[in-house]
Amino acid sequence: MKYHSPKSFEDAAAIAQNADGITRYLAGGTDVLVQLRADVVTPDDLIDIKKIDGVHDITETGDGWTIGVAVSGAEMSEHPALGMEWPGIVEAMDLIGSQQIQGRATLVGNLCNGSPAADSVPALVAAGASVTLTRTGGTRTVAVEDVPTGPGRTSLEKDEVVSAVNIPKQVENGGDAYLRFIPRTEMDIAVVGCGVNLRLDGDTITEARVSLGAVAPTVLLVEEAAKAIIGTTLDGGALEALASAASTACNPIDDKRGTIKFRTHVAGVLAKRAAKIAYDRAKGVK
Amino acid sequence: MSKIHVTTTVNGDETEFLCDPRETLLDVLRDRLSLTGAKEGCGTGDCGACSVTLDGRLVCSCLVLGAEAEGKSIGTVEGIAQGEELDPLQEKFIEYAALQCGICTPGILVATKSLLEKNPDPSETEIRYWLAGNLCRCTGYDKIIRAVMDTAADLRKAS
Repeated sequence: MKYHSPKSFEDAAAIAQNADGITRYLAGGTDVLVQLRADVVTPDDLIDIKKIDGVHDITETGDGWTIGVAVSGAEMSEHPALGMEWPGIVEAMDLIGSQQIQGRATLVGNLCNGSPAADSVPALVAAGASVTLTRTGGTRTVAVEDVPTGPGRTSLEKDEVVSAVNIPKQVENGGDAYLRFIPRTEMDIAVVGCGVNLRLDGDTITEARVSLGAVAPTVLLVEEAAKAIIGTTLDGGALEALASAASTACNPIDDKRGTIKFRTHVAGVLAKRAAKIAYDRAKGVK
Repeated sequence: MSKIHVTTTVNGDETEFLCDPRETLLDVLRDRLSLTGAKEGCGTGDCGACSVTLDGRLVCSCLVLGAEAEGKSIGTVEGIAQGEELDPLQEKFIEYAALQCGICTPGILVATKSLLEKNPDPSETEIRYWLAGNLCRCTGYDKIIRAVMDTAADLRKAS
């Protein structure tokens, strides 16, 4: 295995482009090193992207936020303003692993590892976040929901590397939330995760995005669930329609952490709870 | 395979080593620098026995490559005591018998120091969440939590 630490994303992409064998990018390493040590994936070329300028920065731009690809969960939680604007995203990231994992784990790693149960991904999807992909000679921007294509797989080309996470500015009277179900209180993988981001005009929801994790091969952006609450005041009927739409969208697996029936039911329950939190946040209720 | 030359700081002392690209920081600490305080429990970031700080940030050294230590500052359990004089936290762990077999103890001490530096007045719940990534199969955790709470109380009185 060759260890590279390029100084730019173009150089990182060029290394990947010219590599013959297995390539992995190293940011926090909380998945890559586990796979390396378990002999699940032994890269021929390991490209450490943490020496690239700006990758540790959380930057507020005119349009929102740019999160560097090496920013850890702990750094997101400690940021004085990011969590005020996007509490759902920051809380979703903070749910992942222990304090030790938080010291290293990144949004981009969570996304590119391709786990359907990734906690930060549904929150990013609900927020309408995108990632910038760099290759030699150009960049493109892709919506977060278009990155995972199946468990462990992404839509990135061989010569592309994620160079930033872009989170839009939260709209006025907007709020987001992410909830997950695990059978205990800490240190577990989502059985179901649900992200909700919505905007209010008075008491009425005018825009919404609802996402689900761990109930399908990839994260889901559930338009029917959003439609169920847009134009409502999140009254009882709207909540039931939301739950029903969320459950209908599920296509989960049965495993030791949850049955199909259970996951499908819990998706509806979490959608209701997350929507209520997002609604309160949009209202400015602390 | 060619080895990587790394210059880093461990417990305040500048040091250098050669390592294989696949070698973890945990392996480097134990096998090359003879700092055997950090333990390998799971080797997959679940148990926290290998906890160290990397530029002040609590991490599992089994999930850091030795090569990544270049230019960084690493803190291990060996750096907690001042020479022969134990840190108040270590004294308190002995007083409370907050350890039995001791495998998890170095990681728990490093994690706890990191907590108390950020939060000198943690609640029991905050301590339990902070140490959720440090598994102990002997104590049932309660004595550890009491030791940490009492250390924090003493440190607050002293400051």
